[in-house]
Amino acid sequence: MENKNEQTVEKLESQSSPPTGIQVIWREFKKDKLAMFSLIGSILLMIAIMFMAFFTIDQTEVMKIQLLERFTEPGVRGYLLGADEAGRDMFGQLIIGAKNSIIIAVAITIIANIVGIALGIIMGYYGGFIDNFFMRIIDFFITLPTTMIIIVVVTIIPSYGIIDLILIIAAFQWMSTARLVRSKALSEARRDYISASKTMGTSDFAIMFKGLLPNLSSLLIVEVTLSFAGNVGIETGLAFLGFGLPPSTPSLGTLVGYAMNPIILSSKWWVWLPASILILVLMLGINYVGQALRRSADAKQRLG
Amino acid sequence: MWKTIVRRVLIMIPQLFILSLLIFLLAKQMPGDPFTGLITPETDPNVIEELRVKSGFYDPWYVQYYNWISNAAQGDFGQSYTFKKPVADIIGDRAMNTLLLSLLSVVLLYVLAIPLGVLAGRYHDSLLDKSIVLYSFISYAIPAFVLYLIFVFVFGYRLMWFPTSGTVDIGVDPGTWSYYWSKFYHLLLPAASYALLATTGVIQYLRSEIIDAKTMDYVKTARSKGIPMKKVYSRHIFRNSLLPIAAFLGFTITGLLGGSIFIETVFAYPGMGKLFVESILSRDYSVITSLVMLYGFLALLGSLLSDIILSIVDPRIRID
Repeated sequence: MENKNEQTVEKLESQSSPPTGIQVIWREFKKDKLAMFSLIGSILLMIAIMFMAFFTIDQTEVMKIQLLERFTEPGVRGYLLGADEAGRDMFGQLIIGAKNSIIIAVAITIIANIVGIALGIIMGYYGGFIDNFFMRIIDFFITLPTTMIIIVVVTIIPSYGIIDLILIIAAFQWMSTARLVRSKALSEARRDYISASKTMGTSDFAIMFKGLLPNLSSLLIVEVTLSFAGNVGIETGLAFLGFGLPPSTPSLGTLVGYAMNPIILSSKWWVWLPASILILVLMLGINYVGQALRRSADAKQRLG
Repeated sequence: MWKTIVRRVLIMIPQLFILSLLIFLLAKQMPGDPFTGLITPETDPNVIEELRVKSGFYDPWYVQYYNWISNAAQGDFGQSYTFKKPVADIIGDRAMNTLLLSLLSVVLLYVLAIPLGVLAGRYHDSLLDKSIVLYSFISYAIPAFVLYLIFVFVFGYRLMWFPTSGTVDIGVDPGTWSYYWSKFYHLLLPAASYALLATTGVIQYLRSEIIDAKTMDYVKTARSKGIPMKKVYSRHIFRNSLLPIAAFLGFTITGLLGGSIFIETVFAYPGMGKLFVESILSRDYSVITSLVMLYGFLALLGSLLSDIILSIVDPRIRID
């Protein structure tokens, strides 16, 4: 009897306590079928690309030049998506390119967000001079034409690989995250629980990264997701112009860039269109997930 | 308000200085120098060496920087070695094309975005609103170059409705009516593509502004005086929501500048963005540095313009 009472009390408590972040997100996705579809679709797509790129496709085999197979049409002689100017299998290149683009975008997102979040929290927490100093730098860099500057930096470096490219792009991508986190951290840092922590003698570092950071987590998930989508766009855009990875390592952007040749653009659609569509699908999917996350982070916009 | 404007203009001076220093130091890191391009098997290496000494190639970097920046301030941006012409002339030619493209893009952008934003806000939560929001989401999420390419493919190559490169048809005489028409016709597809993709900001802003305005007291007052809803929209809500849209002009300029690289490359349109990509490929440093400097200056100007318009138009944002 007593036991049963306890259970009902527990049940009541769980009903009245506000749902945690994950529950809210889950509810939002259950309510929005398209967001759920985008979430599952994007994750499955990326897993499939990674699996194929690492286990079923041999990169040296795909990149081998076979002039006899030049511009083979899709479906002919086992070429699922045809072949390019040098007779290389387009399907294999598509998967390898997608893998490279995703890995680069993930790495940029991780680096730029770690820097941006850490700096944003420090700026918001301390305020004053530190805040002003970094804000001026951020304001300055945000107005600059970053695409051009990245291109200039890429051309200066004599020989660069994936890691250099990641670092160069990441160097220009942390500012907007820092600015956003800073504005949230500024208001959060004036709350009572932070002051309480301070009076208890907790170190600044512990307050910032154990107290403040978790309370910004819903915002950060949104920011990371959307910046990932943005970074896929930046990497493929640079590769498209010819300033991404060296030609031997394809990226989705490099494949789309083949269309700069009018003959390929007008009559060899299988060389560039699949990569274009894959970029579109990835970007729409990830952005849609980001939008749903944003709604769940903001109580006013929630559907569920 | 004047204080804000003067302060923002004053902040721009150190910003420009830092930008120029940054670009100069980047340019110094580039392999080779402006005379590498002149070297052919017949040239005497001593002549090149002499040119280098004469141009101050071996001076300390701050002397070179001073010379470069003081020449640039007087409008002398050096010589382009691929075009063998002063950089200012080359950029001048291309700048006109980019300016035309930008103007038409901005006009189309506002022509498209303002009605859509107003409609979405006015019929909030209707099917129309939902489709407009979906469109603005898609245009935000899609990488521009992919859509531009698909547009060239569909409208240029498949349907053959639009030209796929250049600014004007071959064989039309400058100054004639058909010349201007051909110019406009070449601009239409790139400008429309840009406008289609850049509407998100304006639509979202107008939509939420109008949804907010519906609950405002001034709208209720107007309604209670018996003014028909149609007039409330055209006279009160629209006017109040439209002014801040002007501030988007500054951001639009910045967006256009960054986007001009992609749009001009895809549509093979000879403007500044395409010139930048070409100069990078041919390592034409004096053109590259001048272009980055110019774009940086225009971007700073764009953000300054936005801040000024905002501080004039929206008293809530007015600082100090």
